[in-house]
Amino acid sequence: MTQLSPADEGLLDQLQRAAFDYFPQAMNPRNGLVTDNSRADSPVSIAVVGFALAAYPIAVERGWMPRDAAVKRILSALRFFRDSDQSGAAAATGFKGFYYHFLDVKAGTRVWQSELSMVDTALLIGGMLAASQYFDADSPDESELRTVVDLLYRRVDWRWAQDGADTIRQGWKPECGFLHYGWEGYSEAILLYTLALGSPTHPIARECYGKWTLTYQWENLYDIDCLYAGPLFIHQFSHAWIDFRGIGDEFMREKRSDYFENSRRAVCIQREYARRNPREFAGYADDCWGLSACDGPSDERADMQNERRRLYGYAARSVPYGPDDGTLSAPCVLASLPFAPEVVMRSLRAALERYPEVLSEGRLASGFNPTVADANGRPWVSAGHYGLDQGIVLLMTENHRRETIWRLMRENPYIRAGLRAAGFRGGWLRQSTIGGAR
Amino acid sequence: MAPHGEAPTNVPVDAYERERVANTRPSAWRNPQPGGPYQLAIVGAGPAGMVAAELAASLGVRVALIERNAIGGVNLETGSVPSKTLIRTSRIYADMRDAQHYGASVPDSVNVDFAAAMERVRSIRARLSRNDSAQRLAAAGVDVYFGEARFVTGNMLAVDGQRLGFRKALIATGARPHIPDIPGLAQAGYLTNDNVFDLTELPRRLLVIGGGPLGCEHAQAFCRLGAQTTIVQDKPLFLGQEERDAAQILSEAFARDGIEVRLNTTALAVRVASGTKLVDLVSDDYRNTIGVDAILTGAGRRPNVEGLNLAAVGIDCDPGGRIRVDDFLRTGNANIHAAGDVCLQSSFVDTAAASARIAVQNALLRRAHRWSEVVIPSCTYTDPEIARVGLSVREANERGIPVKTFTIPMHEIDRAVADSETAGFVKVHLRERTDRILGATIVARHAGDMINGITLAMVAGFGLRRLSHVLHAYPTQADAIRQAADAYNRTRLTPRVRARLLRRIQS
Repeated sequence: MTQLSPADEGLLDQLQRAAFDYFPQAMNPRNGLVTDNSRADSPVSIAVVGFALAAYPIAVERGWMPRDAAVKRILSALRFFRDSDQSGAAAATGFKGFYYHFLDVKAGTRVWQSELSMVDTALLIGGMLAASQYFDADSPDESELRTVVDLLYRRVDWRWAQDGADTIRQGWKPECGFLHYGWEGYSEAILLYTLALGSPTHPIARECYGKWTLTYQWENLYDIDCLYAGPLFIHQFSHAWIDFRGIGDEFMREKRSDYFENSRRAVCIQREYARRNPREFAGYADDCWGLSACDGPSDERADMQNERRRLYGYAARSVPYGPDDGTLSAPCVLASLPFAPEVVMRSLRAALERYPEVLSEGRLASGFNPTVADANGRPWVSAGHYGLDQGIVLLMTENHRRETIWRLMRENPYIRAGLRAAGFRGGWLRQSTIGGAR
Repeated sequence: MAPHGEAPTNVPVDAYERERVANTRPSAWRNPQPGGPYQLAIVGAGPAGMVAAELAASLGVRVALIERNAIGGVNLETGSVPSKTLIRTSRIYADMRDAQHYGASVPDSVNVDFAAAMERVRSIRARLSRNDSAQRLAAAGVDVYFGEARFVTGNMLAVDGQRLGFRKALIATGARPHIPDIPGLAQAGYLTNDNVFDLTELPRRLLVIGGGPLGCEHAQAFCRLGAQTTIVQDKPLFLGQEERDAAQILSEAFARDGIEVRLNTTALAVRVASGTKLVDLVSDDYRNTIGVDAILTGAGRRPNVEGLNLAAVGIDCDPGGRIRVDDFLRTGNANIHAAGDVCLQSSFVDTAAASARIAVQNALLRRAHRWSEVVIPSCTYTDPEIARVGLSVREANERGIPVKTFTIPMHEIDRAVADSETAGFVKVHLRERTDRILGATIVARHAGDMINGITLAMVAGFGLRRLSHVLHAYPTQADAIRQAADAYNRTRLTPRVRARLLRRIQS
């Protein structure tokens, strides 16, 4: 692991702490749920709750929060999910162990007619497993924490989410059944497949994972060999939980690579794209990149159905074919820290120097767009903060510096079973668990 | 073919139409009298049937060609030729509106003359029909019959009551638009690619049902000609056969054109109120109704097999209605082959023609050419075009072939930058750790022309490495193919190879 300078360490300490603080600030203490973003009226995102649950062990380790306070917060979220309405009704919280993507922060019930989300449920369960692995004391609270996590994981009916198909569906709504997004190719769903394969109660068939990897595309782009996916978050989200260094599935063995190395290459492709800057946006350079899912300026008009749009608002931006409207995500740059530490620190410092507005309350804004600048040349900057950005920044930085979440998850029997069932071999999967994750 | 739904408007019977009809369905035509059995009888005079007839005649065999409608089939009458002709005009308008993008000034007013565009379609259709004329085929030695054909036995056809004996027969009756079963659609009236080119007035608001190649081409062309266009597709992506990136680039192009795109959406019902066609749409849990002036549908194709009496001669069809053939294009009856859309998955003119050549050679010359060995390119003529050949990555993966793709985005190509046509890519799929080309996808403004270089390499058995030695004129967009070859060559320069080369240089 590359040594960071004391100045870099100081900057990361500050960013990590501010990222963590998002969660207690955006949390409803009654039910432990955390809002999607810091704006007024934001609903809860279940994925953000997942990141929050994994954030508490880090906070305890770093002395930002006492252990019992963290356990209390986690327990309130777990109890909420345990007791929530799982009927699948239009105003319930979940169904078949999965949860609706967006929930009301007070009632914890479905809002925006959102979908029952398989991948976001996986991120939530990921956070639960990290917490249960960390809080291993014999106290009544920590025992309850572990018991409830086990119950919530075991009740997810992953096999139902296949809907008889070869791969897992991405969503379901009570109004119309399973949704068909047609997502294909490599995505952040490795965590989803790992959890679905590792389930002792409702596992999907092993072939499922192979069927999914049939949609992969291994490409040589800008002279870089990479398992292709356009937006950078895809190369990060499963990595927040799982240490992919040195382990590989059949696909990666055939390619003589692994998913960690692949994410490093994805960073190289982002830099090459930004250096070329084919759409000639302001600011793009090999130290100013980061096309990912983030908030951006929008020229959407409420009165028009399908107007010509130049600016996409909150969207997954992608290299090299777009969407690209000149908006970059600083959080996705920092979340690449484990893959390319020197490049990331250099790029982060360059962004903060050129666009200091990107930092507010010590946190990175979701997106900024130097092409859409004000009269003084200041870039458009997303207002407030998003929980997913703070979560991925906190976890990936922590993994790079101390491997905290990776260590916990390496010890988790479900994760190990799921990875093995997906065909992962080698590296840390060869060793038996040591017991006691800390 | 019977008109579908409403007959659009009356096609002006101008000089062009008179010439075309005189060529493809001469009114005074008298069917010949068969003097004994034909060595080859061909049912259907579309692209496959015509190629088969010409090939057979050139071999000197006695050949009959039977057509129930007009020579040329889908290609000339309703398919490729008119649609590409109209697409060309629509591109001109798009370029005029986009003139600023090229450092030119936008004309003060861009008024679409739809009637002129359609007149050009008819003029070009008439001009090309000269190649497809009944007279020319007859002069080449083909006995041309107009009428409905029906198999009587495995050696006998009836054409409107007249009996034609044959030794071998080829079924090339093609396919027609498949109309989705939407309540009220027939009553409201609709266009298909069979009659859309007979329009003389541009519909102000157009709904295209179906996001396959034809639906996408038509939606874009009519939108650029000024119709407010909505495209509805019941799947989550356009062009299900193409890769995700191609569909992504096309979505962006559609947004730029101003096409309203409704994916994952089904048309439930149609009704008419005050002259407007109201179409109920549902997308997951969202329902709404849109009002349009015309509906274009029939993107899927249904093979023309009715009335041929196939079962009686031992020919069966698959669940999609296509005639079942083996890899040699032989039907269930050893005397009878099939070619073109009536038996193939793909519905392209070049594919139909290629299958006809194989079927005729296998039937008459007792050759054993396999259809599965033919390298088939195809192209969707949207802007940018989407062309592909050989296997897709997915198909290769499913066959257990490890595959690696060399990708060159068009923004890397000098000529594409000079042309301001940087949307797109060349992707060449190789068998991993070899330079063997499995297939390719090209998205570019002229992808249909560019794909030919790769098809040539595949048929000739050239690997990508060899293509790097083929100089491509500079600057051209096709240079992207050579750049893919160069990218491949660079991967061969491993540290070990580099060290060996260095030793040689230094010794």
